[in-house]
Amino acid sequence: MTLELAPNWTADTPQARAAELAKLIGGAYPDAHGRFGPFGGRFVPETLMPAITRLEEVARHALTDPAFLDELGVHQREWVGRPTPLARAEGLSRLWDADVWLKREDLAHTGAHKINNALGQALLARRLGVKRIIAETGAGQHGVATAAACARLGFPCRVYMGAIDAERQAPNVFRMKTLGAEVVPVTSGDQTLRAAIDEALRDWVSDPRGTHYLLGSAVGPHPFPWLVRTFQSVIGREARQQMLDRAARLPDAAFACVGGGSNAIGFFHAFLGDPRVALIGAEAGGHGPAPGQHSATMAHGRPGVLHGCYSMLIQDAHGQVGDTHSISAGLDYPGVGPEHAFLRAIGRVSYAPVTDADALAALRDVCRVEGILPALEPSHALAAAKAHARAHPGSTLLINLCGRGDKDMPILMKHLT
Amino acid sequence: MPHTDLAQSIRRASSPDKPALVPYLTAGFPTLDSLRHQLRAVAPLAAAIEIGVPFSDPMADGVTIQRSSRRAISNGVTLAWILDELRAIRGEIGTPRVLMSYLNPLIAMGLSELARDCEASGVDAIIIPDLPLEESKPIRAALNNRGVGLVQLVSPVTPEARRRELAGASDGFLYAVTVTGVTGGANATPPAATDLPGYLDALRAASPVPVCAGFGIRSRQQVQALAGHADGAIIGSALIDAIERGEDPGAFLRSL
Repeated sequence: MTLELAPNWTADTPQARAAELAKLIGGAYPDAHGRFGPFGGRFVPETLMPAITRLEEVARHALTDPAFLDELGVHQREWVGRPTPLARAEGLSRLWDADVWLKREDLAHTGAHKINNALGQALLARRLGVKRIIAETGAGQHGVATAAACARLGFPCRVYMGAIDAERQAPNVFRMKTLGAEVVPVTSGDQTLRAAIDEALRDWVSDPRGTHYLLGSAVGPHPFPWLVRTFQSVIGREARQQMLDRAARLPDAAFACVGGGSNAIGFFHAFLGDPRVALIGAEAGGHGPAPGQHSATMAHGRPGVLHGCYSMLIQDAHGQVGDTHSISAGLDYPGVGPEHAFLRAIGRVSYAPVTDADALAALRDVCRVEGILPALEPSHALAAAKAHARAHPGSTLLINLCGRGDKDMPILMKHLT
Repeated sequence: MPHTDLAQSIRRASSPDKPALVPYLTAGFPTLDSLRHQLRAVAPLAAAIEIGVPFSDPMADGVTIQRSSRRAISNGVTLAWILDELRAIRGEIGTPRVLMSYLNPLIAMGLSELARDCEASGVDAIIIPDLPLEESKPIRAALNNRGVGLVQLVSPVTPEARRRELAGASDGFLYAVTVTGVTGGANATPPAATDLPGYLDALRAASPVPVCAGFGIRSRQQVQALAGHADGAIIGSALIDAIERGEDPGAFLRSL
């Protein structure tokens, strides 16, 4: 792996990797440059530099201010419905011959983990004193969460959504509009999440003082990857404690899906210092490994810069960003959060592609024996757990069920009937 | 150092009545062989020429350059091809050349290879719109090592102390973004009309290198308004629009 932007960074011995992990757990990353080891940083136009610098200042202050944390806590309990339950999946445990546990983020308000970050950043937007909020969305869950948070806190809201995604996740478009948001279908670029982020950044460049860009994934320029992880890490903190309370043990392995990686980074963080818990990120393997047929950034990408951060990236030999495919709009993205790229480089988290077909098969299992319709995104994590159970029967597996599948009806009607 | 030639060329071509013209071309738009023709057409009128390296995700660009970039990529344009073309006509065109590229195509080539090939192709400097000063160290070091400059951009929202820092760090010229927005001028928020001359005057006073104004400069009137306040006027989207309409780029520049 060639690191043109961090040529001196290496972690090629077990000792060096352990030292890098200790730095992350100890809070040394992101560092003053917004880097997680070699990855991260702030690769944005000069026009955005004052806005992201100020965002970091305001966030650092708020996150140590008891008044802010109290207010966040009240909204989390009374509006989001936290803590979300941990549930033993009796049916899946029998079906997969394993001890299976689900973290039920699908039961959070608006139906996915995205609300955790949308709420946190919308509260920060008040402190920033901005007049409006914009967001990007892929599957529509972040758009719905942002629309809801804006309605609650009184911000005008505009959501950019790729035209292809707006079609395949139509129920969420209507939900956003019902919650008062303006939804702008993006017809430029690849017309999915990637183009939506490009367009949101262009909007932000036009009004960096009056607008907050409420980025929903663990990507983008510093401080976003850190901020998103901070607001999402409630998932892992709760899940770890709930496992200890309910099962009196930690899992052998924990699974989350990874597109940009917001649910996974929030879920994994509490377990980083538990060396016996294997952490596994499920990427979108799509139709298979051919170029353009998947969104498996870790499996097929190289280090590069997209949307403001240095991370792994699906690209051609000339540095053009590659086309992607996934049945799930939320994972259909050529990049990945810089902290994930770091966790892979130091070997703490392993990342595996899961095909569309395997994700659909896992979704059917969960519907049939648990009476739960998961979203297509966490169905990738469920499929990775299913494969793990086959290789390691009887093991204790914890899966972050990060969202519910109602939004996926148009796709499921095509593929399951 | 070639980027000192670049500064001199802009200063020489600039007068109190009219800023020097710095046209921007998306390399390989509308066709691969357009680049040489366009370079020959604009060279006699330009103090420097910006050659745009097309990128799949141009986040600082408006619809015109998004469209021209997409077309150029589908024509097969790569950074390596652009540098080969520039090397082939190096002896023929004396006007300084500046690459404008997002960061990813540059790092995909490799920074030391990039710097070496820029030197061989007579590229005086590179403008990288998604590279703020804080992240620029390894790239600047690689480029300067071969005598290639790194141009800094400054924006109307940049705080004053930072403007001075950026001006001090910029090679060849300082790129003064005139609007808060993307290239081409759509959706952009211009600073109040009276602000623009003041903004540019302050930059010029603080800058050891010439100041060129860009983003949304489309008309003769706008170019005239920069006279005495900016050393150069960068003409990008308006020129690409003219090329798209089938106009001669030299004739369009003369109309400004």
